[in-house]
Amino acid sequence: MELIWDGIRRAFLLLVGMDREVLAITWLSFQIAATSTGLALAVGIPLGTLIALTRFPARGLLISLVNTGMGLPPVVVGLFVSIFLWRSGPLGFLELLYTPAAIVIAQLVIAAPIVTGLTLAAVQQISPMFRLQMVAIGASRGQLLWLLLREARLPMLAAVMAGFGGVISEIGASMMVGGNIRGQTRVLTTATVMETTKGSFDVAIALSVILLAMTFLVNYLLTALQQRRRPS
Amino acid sequence: MSGAILEIDGVTVAHGARAVLQIDRLAVRRGEILAIIGPNGSGKSTLLRIMGLLQRPARGEVRLDGRPVDWGRGLLSSRRRFASVFQEPLLADTTVERNVTLGLSLRGVPAGEAHRRARHWIARFGIEPLTGRQARTLSGGEAQRTSLARAFAIEPDVLLLDEPFSALDPATREDLLRDLQRALRETTLTTVFVTHDRNEALRLGDRVGVMLDGRLVQLDQPEVVFGHPAGPDVARFVGVENLVPGRVASADGGLLTVDTGALRVLVPGELPVGRSVMLCLRPEDVVIRPASAGVTRDSALNHFHGEIAELISIGAQVRVLAECGQPLVALITRHSVVELALKVGSPVTLSFKASAVHVIDRGITG
Repeated sequence: MELIWDGIRRAFLLLVGMDREVLAITWLSFQIAATSTGLALAVGIPLGTLIALTRFPARGLLISLVNTGMGLPPVVVGLFVSIFLWRSGPLGFLELLYTPAAIVIAQLVIAAPIVTGLTLAAVQQISPMFRLQMVAIGASRGQLLWLLLREARLPMLAAVMAGFGGVISEIGASMMVGGNIRGQTRVLTTATVMETTKGSFDVAIALSVILLAMTFLVNYLLTALQQRRRPS
Repeated sequence: MSGAILEIDGVTVAHGARAVLQIDRLAVRRGEILAIIGPNGSGKSTLLRIMGLLQRPARGEVRLDGRPVDWGRGLLSSRRRFASVFQEPLLADTTVERNVTLGLSLRGVPAGEAHRRARHWIARFGIEPLTGRQARTLSGGEAQRTSLARAFAIEPDVLLLDEPFSALDPATREDLLRDLQRALRETTLTTVFVTHDRNEALRLGDRVGVMLDGRLVQLDQPEVVFGHPAGPDVARFVGVENLVPGRVASADGGLLTVDTGALRVLVPGELPVGRSVMLCLRPEDVVIRPASAGVTRDSALNHFHGEIAELISIGAQVRVLAECGQPLVALITRHSVVELALKVGSPVTLSFKASAVHVIDRGITG
């Protein structure tokens, strides 16, 4: 027990002292997760909407693939992104391996199916009659898409939360394509693993607390947005 | 240009090998209220979707103002000349007011103008107290009022109503029907109203079309469709009745005198003098006697003299058409025909109780 208490006490001191390195790691983690979630939304929302609203051969197969992708193990993603970005790999010339950009790519691969799948489900649960009625009162194709996404905004915010939650907590891919390089690609999760293996529980606890607090804060803000209702 | 705003020519819709809709010709006149009645599955809603340019027919032509509809680039601007109200009103997840202005903001109508029009129709449909409410908290009747206000606010060239009252309870339906009737009379909007309820069709329709198995089998004035069905199928659906249009000539203590032009009929009701009405009378409620028998004392208030124009056997019963200045139909037993020695040309007296007459208020006075 002594170990835990001591860890928590020293973690508290680290946090209060605003340790420069801890702050840098936190900020980098947030930037990477926010960027990859943003990109995943840019890819997933149009793709999910398109799959939900159109009928084509092999649509069922594609939906199954998307749903499988929602549970893609980060280490598998890390492995394949590593191979692609490897010096002798197909995209090796970009020299991205062990950079924050590599982590963003890997996290995008993890989050995009999540956002696509949840968008697909959100748009699909809107009655086809709603589409007909919106067209019947004069919506153009673009206006209809906007109205549908607006209608699906509650589950869409859940997609944002799930996407962000998936990448901020992910470690396998970040470790493999980022390399946990101090001052460059070290993020909260990889740093926590490293500090734990070193036996520096105080730092590990401090990093975990920050990770939890950040995840909570982001979800709290999104939930507030989602549940916002003007009084009737 | 003809009086038709919307025309349908040789339109066919098929699901697989089965034709679900086959309309040779249908013209909607500018400013009229066209009621289309038919049983479920008769193709009414499909027809309405084609009229609203929401579904392109496999074959045939739709013309707007005499010009064939462009299903390509020009479709959106043509479609925006319509507004539709459906059986199940689906509103956007926002306030009542924003739902009512939605059709206008989609058309790029400036916010001030949209707000003004929305306010007017919100008041017209009696939903002012709900203006700021979230649409998802509304009851079925309130949602349908919002949906109607949304359509009227667009001020479309053609209003399409697809069974707007079918999902509502009778009391709500009656209130809403009355408000809709008033709104329609006020705007003289060209309207196509689809329903399976013949009372709604009689109340609202300037003309009534009957659809059976995807075909428009009769299209005419309400009294012709209900009084003289085009065939046995139509008769079975609409029910054969005496339908007589008229106007309230006087009103006294719950009893109205309706002037039909040829007859003065006493009916129960409370309506202002001058109001246009439709009288419905079932043939089995009409008692027929030889004129020589004179008027016997009974509770019937209406007695008319005439002569038999036609006798048609329908099973054990005989349908008697008598000309009393106004053709009236009675249904009596074959036995009575023999007993009373009724023949074509026989002078007769037709009697019926005031309470046997169903009065439909057409909502127009003057």
